[in-house]
Amino acid sequence: METTNYQNFRIYAENICVDYNGKVALYDANLRLQPGQICGLVGMNGAGKTTFFNALTGFVNISKGKIRINGESVRSAQKDQTIAYVPQNEGIDSQFPINVWDVVMMGRYGSMNIFRCPRASDIQAVKDAIERVDLTDHLSTPIGNLSGGQRKRTFLARAIAQRASILLLDEPFSGVDIRTEKLISELFIQFKNEGKTILLSTHDMIHVREICDLVLLINKTVVAYGETSEVFTPENITTTFGGISPDFLFGPES
Amino acid sequence: MELCSFLFLDSFIKDPLTHDFMRKALLMSSLVAAVCGFLSSYLTLKGWALMGDAVSHSVMPGVVVAYALGLPFSLGAFIFGVGSVALIGFIKQKSRVKEDTVIGLVFTGFFALGIVLVSKIKSNIDLHSILFGSPLGISLSDVKQTIFISLLVVILLLIFRKDLMLYCFDPRHAKTVGINVLFLHYLLLTCLSLAAVVGLQSVGIILVVAMLITPGATAYLLTDQFDNMTIISVLIAIISSVIGIYVSFWFDLETGGSIVLAQTFIFLFAFLFAPRYGIFKLKKLFTGYK
Repeated sequence: METTNYQNFRIYAENICVDYNGKVALYDANLRLQPGQICGLVGMNGAGKTTFFNALTGFVNISKGKIRINGESVRSAQKDQTIAYVPQNEGIDSQFPINVWDVVMMGRYGSMNIFRCPRASDIQAVKDAIERVDLTDHLSTPIGNLSGGQRKRTFLARAIAQRASILLLDEPFSGVDIRTEKLISELFIQFKNEGKTILLSTHDMIHVREICDLVLLINKTVVAYGETSEVFTPENITTTFGGISPDFLFGPES
Repeated sequence: MELCSFLFLDSFIKDPLTHDFMRKALLMSSLVAAVCGFLSSYLTLKGWALMGDAVSHSVMPGVVVAYALGLPFSLGAFIFGVGSVALIGFIKQKSRVKEDTVIGLVFTGFFALGIVLVSKIKSNIDLHSILFGSPLGISLSDVKQTIFISLLVVILLLIFRKDLMLYCFDPRHAKTVGINVLFLHYLLLTCLSLAAVVGLQSVGIILVVAMLITPGATAYLLTDQFDNMTIISVLIAIISSVIGIYVSFWFDLETGGSIVLAQTFIFLFAFLFAPRYGIFKLKKLFTGYK
């Protein structure tokens, strides 16, 4: 009988299925990611990208299959704060009365005491994280007053402050300015060198080709998975996007 | 002339305080208002206004049954408050009916049950005081219960202040860093039920939802900092209670209604003149600040 050594994988998902009240959102999905790998999760709206993230973070329960994070259960990954999630800009209430500093501090909550009183090390981690995303001038700015790009960087800083080894990013490049786009791309390279594992969902094929080592194409289940150059074939893309021609998606230059 | 108006104001404030029931009403209502005001910051940010309405109406049969059985009314109210939420969740999950419809359906059902029970159980239950509150006629045992519940809610909110803020803001992140989101969900519901129970003594079942949302909504227009929002919300709630009770004393008006109207007027004032989010943006008016 074949045994798999989950310990070798940061993320190990085997035949996972998720359904909401009997309605299948994702079935038989597999994913194996190692330290230092960047993987793009590509699919249409409703193809199961967010569901995949939700399953990995334990936000929804899987009905079948197995997930191991660093060889352990999702519950232990939550306790160890192994995974950091960076939401879409649309996924958060931008009018919430909270400033940049407090959002980034939330990255440290998991390792604080019950009153969530920051220690010197937490304060330092938050300062460093904010510096890395270049928002030092906006420490006390309410998130409602930030631009889309600045808000995205705030949540990236929260993930950095959390010191997670796995980063899940929902549409990291949507609705951001050029400067943020460049900064995020640079950060990804740094994360990769630090051995972090990154899984990002995106509509943007150009970013996938530039940044991702691996691509997972999904349409309720895995259409194709592997190295970007191999997986990005017109047939695969057409299947993923339900018959839409890849020329349209890649833009005129391809 | 000045002395005269001073004396008038002096007696306006001091006269009611000579009455024992007024002192008690002011103290108790302020306490209840502070608790509801504290909680209202969370409820308005979580978008639970309708849930607050549902829970506060659903406690009605609980109060009636508890009175009939001689149990503390808060116990009955609490059971029915939490029960209504569980039922809402269950029906929503098991049927295709939309959530707001389910909420409206369940709480009116509970409320109707309460009214029917009152008419059936012949006892000394004063329907009027349950529906509209009776801060001026609060009994000693009610005072003890109210103080106990209020302290409990305040302590819970203080301990889990930051976790609840995170839960309202980004529950998914809370979950990924190992915080028990389900616990926070039920904690907030429990606090909501308890606050509705103490709040209904002041303003009654029908209006208690105002105590649970209006101060928070007003504070939301006045600040961009969560902690400040909480403090402002509590202050607005207390000030409204005091104003409401004085006004009802001097002009012989319904107390609960007066308290809620005071809150509504303060909200309208903030809505029109809040420095940043008001329609007329006072700050801009005076300083040209944009």
